[in-house]
This record gives sequence, structure tokens and C-alpha cells, in this order.
Amino acid sequence: MDAVVIDSLEPLVDELRSRGYAVVGPVVRERVIRFEEIASADRLARGWTDVQEPGRYRLAEGAGEMVFSFAASPDSAKSYTQPPRQTLFRMRGEQIEEAEEDAPRVALLGVRACDLAAIAVQDRVFLGGRHPDPAYLRRRRALLLVAVNCAVPGGTCFCVSMHTGPRATTGFDLALTELAAPHRFVVETGSERGEQIVAALPRRPASAEDLAASAEVSRDAAEHMGRHVETEGIQERLSAHDSPRWTQVGARCLTCTNCTMVCPTCFCTTVEDATSFTDGTAERIERWDSCFTLDFSEVNGTPVRGSNAGRYRQWLTHKFSTWIDQFGMSGCVGCGRCITWCPVGIDVTEELANLP
Amino acid sequence: MVDRAPRLAVWKFASCDGCQLTFLDCEDELLSVAARVEIAYFLEASSAPGPGPYDLSLVEGSITTPEDLERIRHVRRVSKRLVTIGACATAGGIQALRDFADVKEFAAVVYARPDYIATLDRSTPVAAHVPVDFELRGCPPDRHQLLEVISAFLAGRRPVVPAHSVCVECKARGNACVMVAHGTPCLGPVTQAGCGALCPTFNRGCYGCFGPMESPNHASLNHWMRGLGMSTPELVRIYRTYHATTEPFRRAAEEAQESGEEE
Amino acid sequence: MIGGPHPMTPALYRVRSRRPDRVDTVTLTLEPLRGECPPFHPGQFTMLYAPGVGEIAVSISGRARSGGYTQTIRAVGAVSAALCGKRPGDVVGVRGPYGQGWGLRAAAGLDVVVAAGGLGLAPLRPLVRALLGDRCGRISVIVGSRAPDLLLYPGDLARWTRQGADVRVIVDHPDHAWRGPVGLVTRLIDRIVFEPRRTYAFVCGPEAMMRDTAAELVRRGVAPGRVELSLERNMKCAVARCGHCQFGPLFVCEDGPVLRYDRVAPMLAVPEL
Repeated sequence: MDAVVIDSLEPLVDELRSRGYAVVGPVVRERVIRFEEIASADRLARGWTDVQEPGRYRLAEGAGEMVFSFAASPDSAKSYTQPPRQTLFRMRGEQIEEAEEDAPRVALLGVRACDLAAIAVQDRVFLGGRHPDPAYLRRRRALLLVAVNCAVPGGTCFCVSMHTGPRATTGFDLALTELAAPHRFVVETGSERGEQIVAALPRRPASAEDLAASAEVSRDAAEHMGRHVETEGIQERLSAHDSPRWTQVGARCLTCTNCTMVCPTCFCTTVEDATSFTDGTAERIERWDSCFTLDFSEVNGTPVRGSNAGRYRQWLTHKFSTWIDQFGMSGCVGCGRCITWCPVGIDVTEELANLP
Repeated sequence: MVDRAPRLAVWKFASCDGCQLTFLDCEDELLSVAARVEIAYFLEASSAPGPGPYDLSLVEGSITTPEDLERIRHVRRVSKRLVTIGACATAGGIQALRDFADVKEFAAVVYARPDYIATLDRSTPVAAHVPVDFELRGCPPDRHQLLEVISAFLAGRRPVVPAHSVCVECKARGNACVMVAHGTPCLGPVTQAGCGALCPTFNRGCYGCFGPMESPNHASLNHWMRGLGMSTPELVRIYRTYHATTEPFRRAAEEAQESGEEE
Repeated sequence: MIGGPHPMTPALYRVRSRRPDRVDTVTLTLEPLRGECPPFHPGQFTMLYAPGVGEIAVSISGRARSGGYTQTIRAVGAVSAALCGKRPGDVVGVRGPYGQGWGLRAAAGLDVVVAAGGLGLAPLRPLVRALLGDRCGRISVIVGSRAPDLLLYPGDLARWTRQGADVRVIVDHPDHAWRGPVGLVTRLIDRIVFEPRRTYAFVCGPEAMMRDTAAELVRRGVAPGRVELSLERNMKCAVARCGHCQFGPLFVCEDGPVLRYDRVAPMLAVPEL
């Protein structure tokens, strides 16, 4: 289907909701752009923009009528594809029962190209191996993705370096480019589901000017990346296991796990066992874990990676190097969340630039 | 496993009773607990204590008097498993602030007859005096963790009480970091999880009431919090609360003092 | 098409028999409640689940006549203690078998050195049985044990000797009845006969023991690519999704646990990898 133009998001939100999707989009909550369910496009973070730098995030007004004039939110699609906590199964007596948690239909409105790339990475991890995860697949199928092409990259963004953005080229149902004067959205479709939705909206064909303006948004965004990573030879640089840089960053690292928690591709989990007081039912729960905890690498009571430096090295080398060996793709999509949301502003791009 | 119901005792030392109240606050679950264990000694809830020995003793409060010293040894003797609950029993509690001052001077100022006051110079955790099987942190402890410890004890497994930072729970709960987003100083990165990130969820910085996490890096955090505008006395003060004398937090306050002098 | 059970859901097995091996170690025979035990390759492991307590990785040490798995467990933590406490009739969860086993075929026609430290003999047991079953070359089995009474599978060791293997045991802490050699398992390499350039070695034990044994064999001329180790890392899921057992680019659960020394030697030299 050729690209079309819509003047308002309201019919889109209504259409998604009428199809049974909970529409989840960017809103302002407690001075942060958060993704939460909206009943109307009025709730979206219109007029807001963000300022992101290592360890610092602030919202600012001044985007006028623009609805998507900010970069990555701390929320990625990960909470929807891989919930922080899920029950695996329950066992009572000689009966075991999988907890088939239902996967409600969710339309994520406003995901960025880096988020789409992150979903592709998670698809590879949870579906592309020898033991695909049917629960992940259920949630993934229930997810409808309405991407937005980034217009205003943040100070910690580097998707261009990771070849994941700023323009959404694949992996979406719909992709919007927001244009000003007059305010409108160019809509591209990426799936049959997306086409059906667009067919139900008031729209007009995109003109040559609309398409040129849309392309210009991405060109401009690409030129305004806040950060850069040299990916050429990155695996070789990260093989410097004894670089003094690891000790230096280890002295700054809090091992608090924030970088891994906000990372849209970090998939590590642990399990917890519980027993019910009332009837003795045993339950296993899988929850997000992080390579920054000591338990993570524990063998016979001793962690393999006891030092901060060792744990930081594990994270960075996995994300940018051994991930490629394991999955044939980088684990980093260049969203910059780990830089912004590190409580002490450790910047992966700076660390990489200073290796070995 | 024993055939009879395991016998549970709850003991109080120098404390505010808040930890025992957490146990009573478990309401629904408490009935299930009562069905699985015999609550043999729990003065807060019953006036008819049963005699020892006990399979599991929960101990609240710190050791602050010569009499406490005697009694905790008795508790250990009559308990198969001894679990301390809360910051006082596990770390000496807020009353361990006395360690940084002269107790005799306090007593002279506060009491008309300070010679009536029989108190030790320091407020110490239970583990400083007798072997402890498990220490449950928090001021007060989290009710889910308290139930988990009892439940794990009954099931014979290791309690799920992770030693990682509050940030893990904070992010799993869907919070944005208050330090990054609002510039609010927060001890979450150096504090052990367990509370469910209660304070950050309400846009407050963590107060560290669960004590230091497994690998706290206070030097780095202090440096950053100075950048957010905290003064040396403020930094010292945030570490000197419920876990003032727990080694990493004691060092954190000292480090703040030392680095403050350098600047 | 992706369907079927979740990779983290165990199948239920019944404890058919329980044999205490040493003071802290028990061998269980496990049979599925429904269906048959899937085939396994020597060196593979399963995830054993003690209901309500937790799950651990345990190597498969053999197949019982009844068809079930025999698995040897040492009580070191809550989960292993719970599994060791299981009685015939009790139900446990089993996932697997998982992982890459020993390179049995690569050893064909060569002298074989099997080196075990402590519980490391468990995953080597089905390997030795297979080796004795289908080849007639020189087979040396060297076993290190902390103390004589902690030696695993003494009956098997005697049988293997009768079947033609050169079986030798060394202990760290001898008792007064011990007449054999004392020290680390590497000392036994002197006492066995093998042609280094035509030798294949299988090593399992504590990491330091494996490193030393492999290095010693290589020093004597065994090709690093003909030495296999079974690595231990924190295996929580066994299906390369939890991340815990990563070792450089490897998921030990899926790429291992058995790995060739030429591949892992450089990584074993890196602290905290």
C-alpha cells in the first residue's frame, strides 16, 4: 500500500481500540515520557521534548503542536515482550500445570526504529534458537507496532552507528512520520494488519512533497546523533580483557543493574521458587535478572565475576561483541538508554572509544 | 521433616515493635501460617507463651542492655533456627547512633536519675553475640519477605531474599530513576532490595533502610550526589540512620567526610 | 511451528531407587511418569527440580536396566539436599537431557585417558562404559578423590579394571588404611601408559584440576584439540535463555558443558570471564 497522510491521531487510536487493542503510547508522567495505556490521543505528550545526557534526563516544553518531539523513553517494548516477572508453572502433588498467562492485544504507538531493532534481537533470542518460547510468541503476536520516525534524537542516541535507525524500515505494522506546517502524519504500512487499519482511517494519498518532507526528517535526525560508536573492529577491541579501562570504569560502576534493566535487549532472567502456605502448591517464577548481581555467576557459592570491573566487562563485551558470536547480530541498538539512565552517567560510547 | 507442627517463637529486644507488627499485618496469610506452625511464643499477639524449645525463632530488636545479652543466649539455646527480623536485630538499628556519641552524657541530660539506667555503650546486632541462621533486613521488614522466610523454612529451601540493589525492583516495578529524572538523591543503588522500591515509587529517594547491598560502591555514588548538590553533612547523615554501624554504610559516611575535607 | 510445552516446564519423573554413595552423595534412578526417558549422550545433563525448592543441573551417570536415568547428586545446597532426600516413589521434575556430550567418536582408534576429580566421575561413567563396550585400545582411567571414603563408584572402578582398563586412584587426604598414592590426579599421568600423539583425553572435575590435567597432558604431547573438559558454570535454564552460564561467547549449557581444550584454554586463562 502506498503511503498516506492523516491529519489527526484520534481516528487511529479509536480504530485500534475498536479492534480490541489496548493502545499504549507516550505520555508525560512525573516529568518523564512514559508509555502507558491511553483512551484518547489527547493524552499523548504533545508539546514536550526531552534533554538527555549521561545520568540526566529532563523534560522541556516548546515542541508546540508536535506529539513525538522527544527521543527514547525509559520504557521500551521489553516489558510487553518479556514481562519483568512471569509464572512458569505450578505443581501440586503429581500434577504440573503451565501458567498460560494470556497475552492481551497491545498496540504500541510511538516505538522508534531502535525499539523495532531491539524486538528483532529479542525475537532471535526467544524464537530463533533450539528451544523457542511459546509464551513469548503469544505475547509477540498480540503486539501491534505503530512506529514513529525519530525527528529529534537525544543527546545519548547512536542508532546511526548501530545501523538501526533513525528511520524505521522493517518490523512495524505502521510507521508514522510527523510533519509540521501543516501538522500531519505520513503513514507507511508494513503488514497486512497495518493496511487494514489504514483502510479504515480518513486519509489522503501522500504527495511527493509529503514524502520528501518525511525523508528529510530522517536525514536531519541522522545528522543529529548525540553519540557515536565505531563498530569497525569492535570485537577485536573488546577482546582486550586486561585493559586498565575496566578497572577505571569498575571504580565508577555501582553494579546497580539500571543499564541492564532499561536495555531493550537485555534478556537475562533468574527463577524463584515459592510454596503456597494454604495448599502447598509449588510455583516457579521467572524474573528479570542482571549480570551485575553477584548471584548471577555464582558457582558453588562463589561468584565467577566478583569485581565490579569483571561484571562491567561481561556486560559490555556481551552487548557489543560476544552477542554477535551467539546470535549473529549486535546486542546494542544504539537507543542510549543505558547512558541516560546510569545513575552515575557511565557512557558506553566513551568506554568503547577508550579501549583497549 | 518433623511430624508435629513446627513451633514458632517471636522475641523482642530493643526496638519499636514495628517488625512484629509487620508479622501481625500479614493478616490473611497469618491464618495460613498459624495452620502450618504452632505459634508457641509471641507476647505481642498472645498472653499465653508456651515453653521451648522452638523450631524457628524470629528475633526483633538490638542488644542494648546487660540483660539483653543474657536473654539472647537463652533464645539461641532454645531455638533450632534463629532468624533476626528488621534493622535493629540485624544491624543495631537507629539506636546504634549512640555508638557515635557518649551514652553516659545522653543519660545525664535526659534522665533525672541516670544511675537507674543500665545500658550498654553500644547497640549491637544479634549476630554479634550468637550465631544467626538468617538475617532479614528492613525497617520494618517487608511482609512478603517475612512470609517468604517462614515459607522457605517450612519447605527447607533458601529464602528468596536477593542481596542485589533496590534498583532491580525499582525498574521491574516500572519506575523511572528519580535520581536521573529529577535529580533526587537516592540510596537505592547501594541498598539491598526487599521493600519493592517503596520510596522511589512515591518519588522519594531511597533511605537505605534495608542496609547495604552485596557490592555497594558508595564512593562513586557519593561523588555523583555531591554533583546533585548534597553537602558533606547531608551525605554523612543519609548513611547514619538504620544501618549506621553496618560496615559499608559506616565507611560510606566516613568516605563522605574524608572526601569533603579534600574539597 | 512453535508450540508444545514451554522450555522451562519439567516432565515429572518418579524416583525408582535411591543408593547412598558416600556420606553426602546419593544416586537416584529416575523414570518418567509418562512415556520413556529420551535418549542421552554420555556427558549430557538434566535439570532436576525438587518441587517447591528449586532446580539444579545434574549430569547423567548412566541408564538403569529399567530404562531410567541414574543421576548422582551431592548435597551442597538446599536443592541438592532436597533431591538427595528423595525416596523411592517421590516425584521430581526433569528437563533435558541437554548440552554437548563427550566426543566419543573422535576418540575411536586412539589411546584414551579419562581423568576425574571427585564428583567429576559421574558424567564420565557412561563414557567409560561406552568406550569399554565398543573398542579394544588402551583405556586409562585416573581418579582423584579427596579421601578414600569419598571415592565414587568403587564397584564400577573394579569392574572396569576387570574389563581391561588401567584404573588408578589417588587421594588427597589418606586414612591409615590407604595404601595407594597420595596427591593430585595429575601425578597419576606418570603412571599410566599412553602414546601422546595418538591419545584422546576426557577430563572432568573442579576447574583448577581440569586446567592442570589438560595442561599436563598437552605438555606431554597430547594435541589440545584432543582434550575435552566438562565446564561448570551457573546453569539456571539450560536452554540458552537466562544468560547465567555465559563464558565468553559460549553458553556453557548449550555449547558445552563438554568443550575442547584448544577452544577454551585461552578463555580459562582470563580471570572472571
